[in-house]
Amino acid sequence: MSLLKAEEIHKRYGKEEVLKGVSISLERGETKVIIGPSGTGKSTLLRCINQLTPPDQGRVWLDGEELTRPHADINALRAQIGFVFQSFNLFSHLTALQNVRIGPRKVRGMKKDEATKLAMEELDRVGLAEKAAAYPAQLSGGQQQRVSIARALAMSPKLILFDEPTSALDPELIGEVLDVMIGLAKDGMTMLVVSHEMGFARSVADEIVFMENGVVVEQGTPDKMFRDSEHPRTGEFLRKITELYGETES
Amino acid sequence: MLQVYGGRTLSRIAYVYEWIFRSIPALVLIFLFYYGPAKFGWFISAFQAAVLALGLRSSAYQSQIFRGAIEAIPAGQMLAARSMGMGRFRAVVSIILPQAFRLSIAGWTNEFSSVIKDTTLVYAAGYTEILRTARAIYDTRIYLTMPTLILVALVFLVFTYGGNRALGLLERKISTPGLQMPGRAGRTERV
Repeated sequence: MSLLKAEEIHKRYGKEEVLKGVSISLERGETKVIIGPSGTGKSTLLRCINQLTPPDQGRVWLDGEELTRPHADINALRAQIGFVFQSFNLFSHLTALQNVRIGPRKVRGMKKDEATKLAMEELDRVGLAEKAAAYPAQLSGGQQQRVSIARALAMSPKLILFDEPTSALDPELIGEVLDVMIGLAKDGMTMLVVSHEMGFARSVADEIVFMENGVVVEQGTPDKMFRDSEHPRTGEFLRKITELYGETES
Repeated sequence: MLQVYGGRTLSRIAYVYEWIFRSIPALVLIFLFYYGPAKFGWFISAFQAAVLALGLRSSAYQSQIFRGAIEAIPAGQMLAARSMGMGRFRAVVSIILPQAFRLSIAGWTNEFSSVIKDTTLVYAAGYTEILRTARAIYDTRIYLTMPTLILVALVFLVFTYGGNRALGLLERKISTPGLQMPGRAGRTERV
């Protein structure tokens, strides 16, 4: 059974149908990278998965439990799905440590010292233990994003959704965030990543999913997608984006 | 709170409440509260009427201050809280309100000064507040008119200074490092 299964997701904003029946699934420990031109519904798809944006149609299952079921305990299900935002969205009134600790404390009901210990471990995992007392505004973008990854990890999620985690970062800060993500993939974390980082997609993804205009055009292993994609649009997009962003292997 | 997070009915009620109490002049409100209940045989003192009128009026203003502060919190804060499985109520209490509280202190210092000053209006309802006391002094001793009024002014200066000072200290105490305006409170460099 797939860990995550989304079936025939439709989402419409006013007249425009952003998602036109997208299906995607992830096995445990798998990393998939979704690529595609902007405005194709990639971020909307991620939000439809954890119901931050409820889909108009379609169903989503996490580990056999349906999120789209009426009266589903959405908070309990979301607690099992990490979400990393493009704009970090760290809680600005809390220190790095408190940001990581608040989920285990307030959602999982963990004791304070236990949650603190866990939060320190997760901060250490993203290499920021020494910044535990710093507030988000005192951290660089790359550091903020690493804290937000630690914040997701502290909930021991079954999978983590990454919504363009490096798009808001200065080029020299992208590497540190990708390094953390590569480490997670190696540790067997299940990840669904929307990204333009082709180097990351190529070296880490088990599969690359190419989306355009609200549909999945093609998906396959990085090798297949980069070498002999079936769909002409895939190859075209990959060439363009690689030219644009380079292929920073990190 | 109700206007931002309440449903349609609750936010309507809040809206009407604010509309009423922010539209009617304070003096009219005091009279309404003083003479109104008396019509139904419920006599309240001028002091009680003033407390009710000024209190309710101020709460309407404060709710606007607070609403502005809540709405100034970026939407991403709520999204992040909900995405980790926090319920709406929990997210408001743990994430939104602490930040909104900090933002609303500046507005509160204004409101605090207003309310303190509005207390002189009770004069008109016959309550012996500071201005009436002053009047009692200088009515019979004309030569004391200016000194007494200046003293009254000084009392207000001291009250508002004390209150604003306390709120200022609070603001500094709960400010978030790295977030305050440049040049503020001597913590960051002036730009």
